[in-house]
Amino acid sequence: MAGNWMIFIWAFLVGGGICAIGQILLDTTKLSPGHIMVILVVAGSVLDGLGLYDPLVKFAGAGATVPITSFGNSLVHGALAEADKHGLIGIITGIFEVTSAGVSAAILFAFLAAVIARPKG
Amino acid sequence: MATKAKAKPLDPNATYKQLVDKHRPARPMFKNTVRAFIVGGCICVIGQLVQMFFIRVAGFSQTDAANPTVAVMILLSVILTAFGVYDKFAQWAGAGSAVPVTGFANTMAAAAMEHRSEGWVTGVGGNMFKLAGPVIVYGVVSAFFVALVRYIIFHV
Repeated sequence: MAGNWMIFIWAFLVGGGICAIGQILLDTTKLSPGHIMVILVVAGSVLDGLGLYDPLVKFAGAGATVPITSFGNSLVHGALAEADKHGLIGIITGIFEVTSAGVSAAILFAFLAAVIARPKG
Repeated sequence: MATKAKAKPLDPNATYKQLVDKHRPARPMFKNTVRAFIVGGCICVIGQLVQMFFIRVAGFSQTDAANPTVAVMILLSVILTAFGVYDKFAQWAGAGSAVPVTGFANTMAAAAMEHRSEGWVTGVGGNMFKLAGPVIVYGVVSAFFVALVRYIIFHV
């Protein structure tokens, strides 16, 4: 049971750590938040390419899957899973396979927010 | 020249940028980083709780649970954005609220709401990805090449 609770601590530390890296980049460079997000996504896909992101997910759970780095990781995962089944073309057909949930949910909910809510302030 | 500019407040040789930089308050970097760490960590702990729910209650496997978890986090973020809470909170939390996937959803919902007055197609549809778009563009481009390299290494 102890292992189950440890994952919350690692989720906090790893997730917080990734956000802290983002904040340090934001404060020490002149990059915009958009640039930082792009850097983190590309870092996620490169780390997955090197086989380093999966161990992090296993170890930190949502600490690794909730930050935007996991978006890059999931894109690579989807592409590689399809490529294993269908060959090279799978990279194109599979790239959004895993991230479909996130992208679809974000589009749908953002649209509904615009239907229902007015901007505040 | 730069050292002289420090001594005299209005060195005629100092560029406008040097003058601005000198009078700009230093960003409280340590405080910002601690805040980002704590807020980002807490959002991930909430994500972990949601993920536990999907594993224990809905019977998802550890890896399969990540997708519905992200969808729930996005829903929560959009609800908070719709009530105007997320953006206020983001000013305090900096990267702590921007880096998690909730921040990604927040930029989309905020853009959609803000540009509604410009119409449903050009306003909402055209601006929803204004901030989130680069993440998808560079995510896909980098993922394509990373996957291609891996495929070539392991299959050819």
